[in-house]
Amino acid sequence: MRRGWFLDMIKRNMKIAIVDYKAGNLQNVTNALNVLGRSFEIVKEPAELFRFDKVILPGVGAAASAMTKLAERGFDKALPNLKVPVLGICLGLQLSADFSEEGNVKCLSIIPGRVKRFETDLKVPHMGWNKVKIIQHSPLLTGLSDNDFFYFVHSYYLQCPKELIVGETTYDVIFPSIVQKGNFYATQFHPEKSSKSGLQLLKNFCDLC
Amino acid sequence: MLKSKSETSQPVSNLTKRIIPCLDVKEGRVVKGINFENLQDAGDPAELGKRYSDEGADELVFLDITASKENRQTLFELVAKVAKQVFIPFTVGGGIRTVEEIRRLLQLGADKVSINTAAVLDSEFISRAALAFGQQCIVVAVDVKKKGNGYKVFLKGGTQETTWDGLAWIKEAEKKGAGEILLTSMDKDGTKSGYDLPFLKTVSQAVKTPVIASGGAGSLEDLKAGLIEGRADAVLIASLFHYKEISIRQAKDYLSGQGIPMRI
Repeated sequence: MRRGWFLDMIKRNMKIAIVDYKAGNLQNVTNALNVLGRSFEIVKEPAELFRFDKVILPGVGAAASAMTKLAERGFDKALPNLKVPVLGICLGLQLSADFSEEGNVKCLSIIPGRVKRFETDLKVPHMGWNKVKIIQHSPLLTGLSDNDFFYFVHSYYLQCPKELIVGETTYDVIFPSIVQKGNFYATQFHPEKSSKSGLQLLKNFCDLC
Repeated sequence: MLKSKSETSQPVSNLTKRIIPCLDVKEGRVVKGINFENLQDAGDPAELGKRYSDEGADELVFLDITASKENRQTLFELVAKVAKQVFIPFTVGGGIRTVEEIRRLLQLGADKVSINTAAVLDSEFISRAALAFGQQCIVVAVDVKKKGNGYKVFLKGGTQETTWDGLAWIKEAEKKGAGEILLTSMDKDGTKSGYDLPFLKTVSQAVKTPVIASGGAGSLEDLKAGLIEGRADAVLIASLFHYKEISIRQAKDYLSGQGIPMRI
């Protein structure tokens, strides 16, 4: 259909910013966007964020040092004020909370909640493929099914109000693995490492208007 | 958050066991051979990796068996190429000796590295690597052979004996920050007579770090035994998949049917 083609072209031309705050590796996120045929830029300065239609906040590593690095550049002030869709990945999800027990650090307060360490007889980090149970509808879930598998690597998890939980996962405790508050979306798993379902979720994020 | 309820006292988890194909890579190409002899070209690592990924592999391991370690450029190029096409976690191993080398591999898109000889020669290497990049991406590969009543750690494909007792070394590696243990039984490797279940079980119970079983799998039943009796978290498979004796899908369907949590 002509209109569908046109919309698709517009979506593909929307610019995505990947926040680079020197905490971990962006390569796999950029590889995933490349395979999805989306244009993006690596952004190192918060002032630049306002040029973009979407923002991805990736992250590997520890919360306290990541917050320090975000603050050094001023991303801690810019990110909570963004009006465009934002996707936090893994540590990016945890940084969106009020507070993380990992280094006892105040975070971005985008999602009300706290980040706690797993206290369990199971192995920590929680590493591998686990199911995401869908709790409520979100545009992020288009084409995905209840209990699809995604790849996780983390030792801490978010606690947040029920109404913000889109998907949850069981690892001794039940914790939010996809959250959404307004324009802010976040996943505890790594969509860029979660095979077809992960790429589908990233595509859904890229297609948000 | 609510504790999930369970009838037994075992904590509830939906985490699956993992099936990990292992590809031997020499000078940038996948090779197949029997006991490292008569190596034959088996294709492009990125293409094979993608095929395994499409067939349902949970992770991939690339093991660089290039004889000369001086020129790592081919390996770096390979990692970048794989990362562009394969969207599941992948580990790179073979002759890794420095933190800088690990940094480079991770920057290019590897998710984990597997270290062996360099860790045994200097266990602080594990700590340095874990501190720099996080424990989750440091896999310590351990090759053991039965010696008398115990197990000894061997280096260089089983040709060089160390003074380390197998279990003692694995505990030490965990203490130094290993995020996973890739345990290979040299006695069983290539025999297709099943994993060394007693030692696998001993190790799995002695450490909190996930254990990947390797060496000896010859049938679907062997995989099941490794995951249930051996209590491994994952199984590493080379020839069974390469020679298409079984497919990943077949393995997953079978194991799932036996009540083992699998990503299908």
